Amino acid sequence: MKLWPANATAALSIKLGATGVLMFVFAVWVLPPIYDVFCQVTGLNGKTGGRYEAVDMREVDTSRSITVQFIAVNNEEMPWQFKPSVRSIKVHPGEQTRVDYLAVNPTNRDMIAQAIPSVVPFKASTYFHKTECFCFEQQPLQAGESAEMPMLFIVDQDLPPEVHTITLSYTLFDVTDRFGEQEQVSMTGNL
Amino acid sequence: MAHGPAKGFSRWLFTTNHKDIGSMYLWFSFAMFIIGGMFALVVRAELFEPGMQIVDPNFFNQMTTLHGLIMVFGAVMPAFVGLANWMIPMMIGAPDMALPRMNNWSFWILPFAFFMLLSTLFMEGGGPNFGWTFYAPLSTTYAPPSVTFFIFSIHIMGVSSIMGAINIIATVLNMRAPGMTLMKMPMFVWTWLITAYLLILVMPVLAGVVTMMLMDIHFGTSFFDAAGGGDPVLFQHVFWFFGHPEVYIMILPAFGIVSAIIPTFARKPLFGYASMVYATAAIGLLSFIVWAHHMFTVGMPVAGELFFMYATMLIAVPTGVKVFNWVATMFKGAMTFETPMLFSIAFVILFTIGGMSGLMLAIAPADFQYHDTYFVVAHFHYVLVPGAIFSITAGVYYWLPKWTGHMYNEVLGKTHFWLAFVGLNVTFFPMHFSGLAGMPRRIPDYHMMFADWNMISSVGALLFGGAQILFLYIVIATVVRGKKATMEVWENPEGLEWTVPSPAPYHTFITPPDVK
Repeated sequence: MKLWPANATAALSIKLGATGVLMFVFAVWVLPPIYDVFCQVTGLNGKTGGRYEAVDMREVDTSRSITVQFIAVNNEEMPWQFKPSVRSIKVHPGEQTRVDYLAVNPTNRDMIAQAIPSVVPFKASTYFHKTECFCFEQQPLQAGESAEMPMLFIVDQDLPPEVHTITLSYTLFDVTDRFGEQEQVSMTGNL
Repeated sequence: MAHGPAKGFSRWLFTTNHKDIGSMYLWFSFAMFIIGGMFALVVRAELFEPGMQIVDPNFFNQMTTLHGLIMVFGAVMPAFVGLANWMIPMMIGAPDMALPRMNNWSFWILPFAFFMLLSTLFMEGGGPNFGWTFYAPLSTTYAPPSVTFFIFSIHIMGVSSIMGAINIIATVLNMRAPGMTLMKMPMFVWTWLITAYLLILVMPVLAGVVTMMLMDIHFGTSFFDAAGGGDPVLFQHVFWFFGHPEVYIMILPAFGIVSAIIPTFARKPLFGYASMVYATAAIGLLSFIVWAHHMFTVGMPVAGELFFMYATMLIAVPTGVKVFNWVATMFKGAMTFETPMLFSIAFVILFTIGGMSGLMLAIAPADFQYHDTYFVVAHFHYVLVPGAIFSITAGVYYWLPKWTGHMYNEVLGKTHFWLAFVGLNVTFFPMHFSGLAGMPRRIPDYHMMFADWNMISSVGALLFGGAQILFLYIVIATVVRGKKATMEVWENPEGLEWTVPSPAPYHTFITPPDVK
């Protein structure tokens, strides 16, 4: 049996149909990852990178100081109390700073949360490094429990000179439903 | 070889004849046009006066959404496919479409798609109410439960369009009569060939974006959900990557129809045929790199805004070439103004107005002011109604004598034109002013200051809708009776379709014609 048809119309139709299938694959499996990488590289949408391994051995740049503002927002009906320990702080580029966020689960059920960061202005987002952040993983809290969530950051020495203020915003999402019952129990440590 | 059509309903159900399928597409699209028009009239009735009058806001939102979806996917696209089915084989001297059974399928799945879409109106929570652009998370997290039916109906429409497009490309590339070289093809065939490629490239992207929505809603993925690392702005990028080529899918075949009609009634060959072909191809290619001009306000870097702004403005060049060629074709021609020509001239003038407001919207800094106002509504209705709808109407009047063997009533045809022309301008021109004054789109209530413009718009909409009922009467009357049409119908029209008798026999060009 010959697989490829000799009939010109059938051959053309198969090629065109395959093009359609490829475009579908392109839309679902190629475009979203490309978009993510693109945003990561350019800092578009204020997306910040993952864990930063400090390799920069340069001196702390004490010649200028940058105001970093912290915002905490709850998504939709997320009932937790969620706020930074300070509203804003002045740092020198290159120095590592720790800011804690406080989260309280006032409900009577165990919940899991995920914080999503965003940086404004966008052009600063590639120069805002987090060496440790609660946003790297989910935060489980038992009913009524509270936690201090740490975040350590360094503002890069190469930050463009026109940037004097960076605003870091966290939006807290309820992701409890994304985990199975077993996972929920093991994460919140509740038996 | 006298092989006539089968009798009864099974003729239509099992037909593989391009003329039957073309007629079914055209009647289906007209039915959708009336339904979509009624939804628009509900919107205009609510907006007749400020304050909440007739419908509740959720139903208003369903009406704006379904009006858009039905008009785009149910009225305009199937009408063009219907015209392609009827005319492309007759224009290139082919006996039928290349894939007749697939042709039957691509039509017959459409009624089910739209039945499913319209049935959502009667479901709990109502039909889609998130606008025809269905931005996430409005269409995912906050959508009514019927959204799943909406997603599947979009899937079916996409499959139908892709099958239709494959069929058209296969017909045009493989079934041309000997001597019909690519550069001898009528413009309508050329514009449809390019449109069909656009369809194959972007309809799967639309299917992809609704599939991602489906996964986000039911299978716990987070393509568009920031909580899981996704991004709602990604939705807009993927949607408009489909959406911008889609607007050219709705206008390129219109260019082809008008390029067929204007030479006939100006009694001059089309000016600049080759430049028309290249301009169409250029518009097709450019349509893939301008999508983000729909989303200037999402927060793009300045470099991105500038790129999309300039790329968008570049499209005015090939479009300008086309408008220039149409005007040059009419220049010093022995023009007469039969109904198809009236619609075509109105197309050239009003489409250019729509193009101009498009250029205004393309200016990124100015777009921040115009974004999501009635100015945008005025713009895209000026390109789609006189663009797509008028050209389809012109095409129907132009080829109706060939299809039915009867001449339509010219007086009624011209009456239809003037009612539609006045109705359209009275409806949509005031929207420029209410939009520039800041009236937001898709909202059932508005400030008192917009009251006059909206009342005028609503009156015009009723007039335009009434004109279409007259159109229905004219077409039915022509099918039933009328003066016998000659083989040529018009005075020396160009094209192979005028070398077969009127009405066109069930089978044409069983032996290929001589192409000069």
